[in-house]
Amino acid sequence: MEEFGANFLHGSILFAYGGMIVSFALTVYRLLRGPTPADRVVALDMLALLGIGFIGLFSISTGEYAFLDVAIALALVGFLATIAFARYVYRSALQEHHKHPTEGTGGET
Amino acid sequence: MIDLVAGTIILIGAAFSLVAGIGLYRLPDIFVRMHAATKAGTLGAGLVLLAIAIDSQDLGVITRAIAGLGFLLLTAPVAAHLLGRAAYLSRAELWSGTSIDELADKYDADGRRLAGTPENSLQSVTRDNPNPG
Repeated sequence: MEEFGANFLHGSILFAYGGMIVSFALTVYRLLRGPTPADRVVALDMLALLGIGFIGLFSISTGEYAFLDVAIALALVGFLATIAFARYVYRSALQEHHKHPTEGTGGET
Repeated sequence: MIDLVAGTIILIGAAFSLVAGIGLYRLPDIFVRMHAATKAGTLGAGLVLLAIAIDSQDLGVITRAIAGLGFLLLTAPVAAHLLGRAAYLSRAELWSGTSIDELADKYDADGRRLAGTPENSLQSVTRDNPNPG
């Protein structure tokens, strides 16, 4: 039972690495493709979350729990980066409006 | 036994991460994509942290993992809200199948405040400081 548990944990860590790598590739596609800057910011946010996941998996599989601090710091930095980028998107939208003030409001398509 | 529980939680977390990645790839507009990245992505990373807390059996590690999980759960909605607001105000295109846009025509031309709401503190702030930044 003990051995089966260890094997199961090992296997699920490997499987999780695989799933996260696929997710990473799809997120990078969104980061490169866009189309709007806000899409790229969402993708960056997701990359930070995936980084936290990778670090967590690594610290479980090696038993090196010091990496947990790195994950927490990455969560902090990712949060602040997302907020800064959101502000940037908002500011550039305002400037765009001042250049073309006749456009309507809202997100009509 | 603990290994089994931790492994199951890791598998669930990885599944959520994968779903978030697929959602980010497939979904049609930024607001829908944000929903995938924020909810499923946070849960994916958070469940891995939870698995660390269960697997480590060390009080210091458990505390840090739970703190990291709580921080993620607290900050992800805030960041997503700010980003969604910024995207809406920058007139990000909505998906053609969107059935309702309750914010349409609710913002004034500057996109700084909600138009048509009763006098509130936000408006007075905007009036006192008409050109922030």
